[in-house]
Amino acid sequence: MFSLEGITKTIQDWLFSSFSPTVALLIECAIIILLAIALFALLGLVLVLMERKVAAHIQIRLGPNRVGPGGMFQTVADTVKLIMKEGLTPDMADKFLFNLAPFIVMIVAMLLLAPIAFAKNFQIWDINIGVLYVSAVSSLSVIGILMAGWASNNKYSLLGAMRSGAQIVSYELSAGLAILSVVVLTGSLQISDIIESQKDGWWLFKGHIPVIIAFVIFLIAVTAETNRAPFDLAEAESELTAGFHTEYSGMRFAFFFLAEYINIFIVCSIGATLFLGGWMPLHIGNWESFNHLMDYIPSSVWFMGKTFFLIFLIMWFRWTFPRLRVDQLLNLEWKYLLPISLFNILLVTLIAIMGWHF
Amino acid sequence: MFLKEYIKDVYNGVTSLLKGMRKTGYYFFHTKEIITEQYPDNRDTLKLAERFRGEVVMLHDENNEHACTGCTACELACPNGTIKVITKFDMTPEGKKKKAVDTFIYHLELCTMCNLCVEACPTGAISMAQNFEHSVYDRNKLTKRLNKPGSKVREGVE
Amino acid sequence: MYTQTEVIKDTTASGSEGELVINMGPQHPATHGVLHLVITLNGETIKKIEPHLGYIHRSIEKMTESLTYRQFTYVTSRMDYLSAHINNLACAMTVEKAMQIEVPERAQVIRVLMNELTRIASHELWIGAMAMDLGAFTPFFYAFREREMITEIMEDSCGARLTMNYMVPGGVMYDIHPDFQKKVKAFVQQFKDKVTEYEDLVTNNVIFQSRTKGVGYLSKEDAISYGCSGPVARASGVSCDIRKIYPYEVYGKVEFDEVLDTAGDSFARYLVRVKEMNQSIRIIEQLIDNIPEGDFQAKTKAVLKPPKGEFYTRVETARGELGVYLVSEGGTTPYRIKYRSPGFSNLSALDHMARGSKIGDLMATMGTLDLVIPDIDR
Repeated sequence: MFSLEGITKTIQDWLFSSFSPTVALLIECAIIILLAIALFALLGLVLVLMERKVAAHIQIRLGPNRVGPGGMFQTVADTVKLIMKEGLTPDMADKFLFNLAPFIVMIVAMLLLAPIAFAKNFQIWDINIGVLYVSAVSSLSVIGILMAGWASNNKYSLLGAMRSGAQIVSYELSAGLAILSVVVLTGSLQISDIIESQKDGWWLFKGHIPVIIAFVIFLIAVTAETNRAPFDLAEAESELTAGFHTEYSGMRFAFFFLAEYINIFIVCSIGATLFLGGWMPLHIGNWESFNHLMDYIPSSVWFMGKTFFLIFLIMWFRWTFPRLRVDQLLNLEWKYLLPISLFNILLVTLIAIMGWHF
Repeated sequence: MFLKEYIKDVYNGVTSLLKGMRKTGYYFFHTKEIITEQYPDNRDTLKLAERFRGEVVMLHDENNEHACTGCTACELACPNGTIKVITKFDMTPEGKKKKAVDTFIYHLELCTMCNLCVEACPTGAISMAQNFEHSVYDRNKLTKRLNKPGSKVREGVE
Repeated sequence: MYTQTEVIKDTTASGSEGELVINMGPQHPATHGVLHLVITLNGETIKKIEPHLGYIHRSIEKMTESLTYRQFTYVTSRMDYLSAHINNLACAMTVEKAMQIEVPERAQVIRVLMNELTRIASHELWIGAMAMDLGAFTPFFYAFREREMITEIMEDSCGARLTMNYMVPGGVMYDIHPDFQKKVKAFVQQFKDKVTEYEDLVTNNVIFQSRTKGVGYLSKEDAISYGCSGPVARASGVSCDIRKIYPYEVYGKVEFDEVLDTAGDSFARYLVRVKEMNQSIRIIEQLIDNIPEGDFQAKTKAVLKPPKGEFYTRVETARGELGVYLVSEGGTTPYRIKYRSPGFSNLSALDHMARGSKIGDLMATMGTLDLVIPDIDR
């Protein structure tokens, strides 16, 4: 059976038997960096293509179908085009911050990869405060966006950045509370522990209605945090042309674009880990033969399947709903999501204390 | 009371959103609803309406004869100065002078396809063709001569 | 020659402390063309809007003075290109009025059918574009699917999809296509089947409702004093449907309701347009099987020479009242033509409607005004 765990173990054993521990560790780091960058590029290409195809089919169109079979290489061609383009820096812009901003957004997205468990025992860094790390680091990306908006010396960019700031700071709250409800049930912040606790069933099914509510709130909040429609006020094409990245072109624009999709991937994988059991196969109670069959599907496939399902949901939102207004966006958070999630976490705590969950 | 309103609000909001998602989801999974026309690929089967106005052409029969008498009614009818008819005088067998078309110049780049020239033509010499792929690299190619070289007016057309 | 600092200073010129002046347009995705709005903001709140026109001025009125009475109708397709038929009809009707040409019954019915199809096509496009302004991209494609059926009907009968030039003084240019009735019936059926989609996706959507309800309020008095017409005024409760008040062609003989609303906000304007489409369908259903036999064009002279005098006609386009004022000196070309376009007066109310609201509200307000910039500028 195919397993990523076996591959990593073979490589590690070989490295540690051939080199001194320090050198082996350094080589491992280099491999991880390479893999992370490769994953980034690959995800960017796949997700952008997926977005365009999903949008096209929802809009009764065909979508890209000229470059490669079924338009498979469309995003590759787009990337080549973006690399060839000149990266303009506007006059009177703060050049240092302007050039720094896309990299900050990218670095934040890269940092978030660390605690994600892609498959069974296939994780870069199984930190014991994994969930806390994710929510802490993900809020950093707003700095990059604010920086981009401020440094562009463009009023549309500035408005977009300010909107984004207000939005991300508010939606952190309900995203955090939704994550917390699973943490309460598990009793651990470590990603591997959370996944382990879902061995006999995913939290979405085990935790009764409160966890389902938490899951819905999580989905809404992360859609807002990643600046996706219907919460794409920071970009708001019809209002602010392109919001905070109006002035960016070429590869620096591509970085923002890429970071958006990587962020979607990361928040969806967090959602899949917390609520849908990460790489854990679907197990139903005492159906031994069924559970056994499910175990034959590799854990990485489970993880990717769940993550891409959530990504599809978020794309589905984007191509269905109109955009909210900036005050309605904050209303939704402070008048609806936050009270509901506060009440919800009480319920979850009650369930956890009384042991009512399965 | 307030709480009831609040819950009703949330419920109605969520159901309205779900209804929209059901509709878009239906189209996502029903790919036969796709309406895209694969234009350059379906060129052979592409059928335009017979009245579609693509460009002005002069109808020639198999004897290389047309029905244009050179009356310049189309030139007068055209709002944009698209048509320029250069006339000459032919000698009829009886030895009389007769007006005839020498060169019928048509500026496609000026034409708005309003069909007024075709309406104005008393002999039905010109009509609209269904060709719509007019892109050329040289602007001069858009200025066309509509009467074919060596063509002459059909017998009996006045 | 400006130095760099002068240019910067010029564009950021702001009246008082805390004001932000942004130039929306002439290239902006929400202005649907080359409208230029200078918006004074306080944070995100709009303090003042100043529309700048002239980016697509083609001096159609002046051009007309050198065109004959047969030629000048075709240019008006380029004014409000979404109701090209109705513009052409207004011009043709003016000439007919001046020359006292009796239009055959068949031509009148065909004209009304085409007008109502145009109105539906225009409103379909507007639904899509307005939803797009509010951030929903998908309804645009669904609306265009239905609109495509209309443009195909137009292509069959009139020979063009957008700038048809089908209405000529005395009637219509050609008779309808043999398939016309069949295709229109197919369209009516399709429209009735699919209209629920807009309800699910747009009308009943909670986000859409909260974006448009109470936004861009225009009172009845203001609507009258700004000279608004069409769905914009009718949403404020002003009864101004020219088809009802001064019936032309066969509008006096068909049954339809003037759609009125009193809310005066963006959502009311949205509803008025959607209901108007249903009324247009009603008119089409009444007429499609009752097209009388006869000529499609009255016999007219080759050169039209209206008598000396002044003539005014008005029609209801998809956007409101279009007036054509013609001064004739008795020659082959008009002495003066003046168009009273609906978009211009509707735009003038924008500043009043949008003051004090957010930038996001401006999109809803501007979207429901249904501006077509070449109509405003001419």
